[in-house]
Amino acid sequence: MRRLTWLVPTLYILFLLLPIYWLISMSFKTTNEILGSFTLWPHKFTLDNYYKIFTDSTWYSGYRNSVIYVVINTVISVTVALPAAYAFSRFRFLGDKHLFFWLLTNRMAPAAVFALPFFQLYSAIGLFDTHIAVALAHCLFNIPLAVWILEGFMSSVPKQLDETAYLDGYGFWRFFLRIFIPTIAAGIGVAAFFCFMFSWVELLLAKTLTSVAAKPIAATMTRTASSSGYELGLLAAAGTLTIIPGAIVIYFVRNYIAKGFALGRV
Amino acid sequence: MYAKTENQLAWLYVLPVVLLVAFNAIIPLMAVVNYSVQETFGNNIFFFEGVKWFEQVLHSERFHASLLRQLAFTGIILVIEVPLGVAIALAMPRKGPWVSVCLVLMALPLLIPWNVVGAMWNIFALPDIGMLGRTLNRLGVNYNYTQQPISAWATLIAMDVWHWTSLVVLLAYAGLSAIPEAYYQAAKIDGASAWAVFRYIQLPKMKRVLTIAVLLRFMDSFNIYTEPFVLTGGGPGNATTLLSIDLVKIALGQFDLGPAAAMSLIYFLIILLLSWIFYTVMTRGEEQR
Amino acid sequence: MARITLENLKHSYQARPRSDADWALKRLDIEWSDGGAYALLGPSGCGKTTLLNIISGLVRPTEGRVLFDDVDLTDVPTDKRQIAQVFQFPVVYDTMTVYDNLAFPLRNRGVREADVDARVNEIARMLDLQATLRRPAAGLTADGKQKISLGRGLVRSDVNVIMFDEPLTVIDPHLKWQLRSKLKELHQRTARTMIYVTHDQTEALTFADKVVVMHEGAVVQIGSPVELFERPRHTFVGHFIGSPGMNVLPCEVRDRAVLLDGQAITVQNPPAAEIGGARAEIGVRPEFVSFDSNGFPVEIVKVSDAGRYRIVEARHGNSRINLLIADGAVLPSEGARLRFDPAYTRLYADGWLVE
Repeated sequence: MRRLTWLVPTLYILFLLLPIYWLISMSFKTTNEILGSFTLWPHKFTLDNYYKIFTDSTWYSGYRNSVIYVVINTVISVTVALPAAYAFSRFRFLGDKHLFFWLLTNRMAPAAVFALPFFQLYSAIGLFDTHIAVALAHCLFNIPLAVWILEGFMSSVPKQLDETAYLDGYGFWRFFLRIFIPTIAAGIGVAAFFCFMFSWVELLLAKTLTSVAAKPIAATMTRTASSSGYELGLLAAAGTLTIIPGAIVIYFVRNYIAKGFALGRV
Repeated sequence: MYAKTENQLAWLYVLPVVLLVAFNAIIPLMAVVNYSVQETFGNNIFFFEGVKWFEQVLHSERFHASLLRQLAFTGIILVIEVPLGVAIALAMPRKGPWVSVCLVLMALPLLIPWNVVGAMWNIFALPDIGMLGRTLNRLGVNYNYTQQPISAWATLIAMDVWHWTSLVVLLAYAGLSAIPEAYYQAAKIDGASAWAVFRYIQLPKMKRVLTIAVLLRFMDSFNIYTEPFVLTGGGPGNATTLLSIDLVKIALGQFDLGPAAAMSLIYFLIILLLSWIFYTVMTRGEEQR
Repeated sequence: MARITLENLKHSYQARPRSDADWALKRLDIEWSDGGAYALLGPSGCGKTTLLNIISGLVRPTEGRVLFDDVDLTDVPTDKRQIAQVFQFPVVYDTMTVYDNLAFPLRNRGVREADVDARVNEIARMLDLQATLRRPAAGLTADGKQKISLGRGLVRSDVNVIMFDEPLTVIDPHLKWQLRSKLKELHQRTARTMIYVTHDQTEALTFADKVVVMHEGAVVQIGSPVELFERPRHTFVGHFIGSPGMNVLPCEVRDRAVLLDGQAITVQNPPAAEIGGARAEIGVRPEFVSFDSNGFPVEIVKVSDAGRYRIVEARHGNSRINLLIADGAVLPSEGARLRFDPAYTRLYADGWLVE
């Protein structure tokens, strides 16, 4: 029986790869072939769908927009979370526990609740349809998450490190930037990974706050499904391309996935 | 551990975070609270209506139905995803070259934009041209998720299991990796069976991780919007209209600000309450130490 | 109870070991007699934990055999070897009571509940754990938990040998001696073979009847604490044991006479033959060095107070020599000279005692 345990993760991974394979194979088929008959792999292999995406600006700008706001969001979230997490980890102050808890409750907030209010808020301050709007809106969930993760990593660094540095004459900022941050580099990686992940995959708020200029690829895809009829091949190609940034990011953090993932918090 | 020093200036460190989150949280929520107690007939003229909207929402059949569907959905996926995730984590090798490969492949569904997940399964499960749908029908199962509520639910659940079980696997695996080898060695010396090792060593040591996993899955599944929306649109009919989908229909679709706002607050309160209950129950044991 | 023999044992953690350094355990043959109290002493990385794990079956040796009472158990898994092991940090089953923890190994082997109860109570009495039997094991202090780990080993009557892998590491210093004496007492009461791995010489020398000193994967000396102290077979043993350790001074051997800087030194083991190109050193413990006006000239560097005596650090050329003097003794004001007691001064070639 023991011998067969490898079968479990293998079957699971096959299950995971199946719909992805289907998507990728559809992206190389013409919409006619997809709608007309059922084929397990492209009988008439075509790159037309990808060609269209790379040449039509309404399509590739979607990717560009998504990458832009995701990066902005990750940078903002991690940057402001660092000092805050440090404070939670090292200091006691009035209302610290309640503040931390309040931050976590925002992570639990249903995006649907904020859809309309965000629409009105960001329109009112003239940020509708900008990358910064989506980046800021995603901060609602990502900042608490980043603080939570970073606090966990920071708490496992002994305070002696700080004290030794101060005794050696380091000022706070020099200590923080030169010594502390390299020590928790893994934590920063994990936090950045999660911020990237949640911002990249979130659709509702990204779609609500944009219309043309900052339209994410996700919104462009939904438009295709409804308006111009079922351009399935195109849709599949667009979808396949959205998987790539995620795959790249996982590849880079693959060494941390087993450990860093829950290291801080578990 | 070590003692934290008291430092009221710490507020300066947390100020940027507080400002950004408060901006996104408090202002919209204030607006929501505002709308929830007012009536408008258009023209931006508002009348104070007290708890009228709350009563309307709480008594509406539609809300009850959505809430029940949501509770059913969350319940089902928790019961499937958590044990399944733990089982897969247990079956994975503890070290070796395959570990990285496995983890990377498993993490893939977690990084696919949610609408692509929905679209992928939408086409994958189509009864005529989708790989899954067609295969099922070929095998004799009468399957059509666009028309049959049961098929729609089954597909929805399959999609969520496909999408999120890996999160449980990754967390459980991290928890398992943290168990020192000495425990397994001692168990061998004590003659413990594989089940005893699971029950007395692995499960207790995974408690914290599992708490996180259950809480995350609970919260996120309760708030789910995009994937089911792209998969079924809430249908057939409203068979798979979960809470978020219903809320967005009312808020952005019908622009019924008052009821939408009231429903939002009730929604948020429900999830806060349930999360708190879950959290308390699961960490109850920790206080004993 | 068993006599354990390790025959031709060699171990490497690498798949294809090439050089000497790739071997965690170099060739060794040891016999552990039944009922003995052994210590396995050596610095970190010397291979003692590897050796322990080979005996318990957690590691399978690359070469060689493990025999219990002349039965080859090299391929037999841990749970069939009837051994018990106490680890560096306490391993207890957190969700069970102390009672259930102690009962666990017996219950797994299908022992009748009445017998289990008798046994658990007996062991709990021996370890002073009766008061806590019904409490959750997780609530005990570190030394209490280590006692539980120990108890799980003692509770089985079929245990051949109990092994300890640096068990006092996480214990509070002021409790260490208590647990140490308890272990010694238990050994005397139960007459089980016990092997105690440590890098702390005090623990090793107080617990064991026989100490196995290891260095870089090889056994350097096996002997009683007194033997190791008075007659180290390797300069490493001399260095490692005793505080301060043995003085080791490079010397020359010419015409079978031992010369330190041209001056002849009498040693307990004068060489019967030339030692060729080997590195010659003399070793003498600080306890056997004294001031003597006819002796060897040195310069006094430092004097430290060690309670009932003082340690004088002297220098000759590039070598440091330590000696002990009584608390009230007077130091020579200038021109200090040292004498090495010939009965305890020995010649070493390439680190090994010349015999």
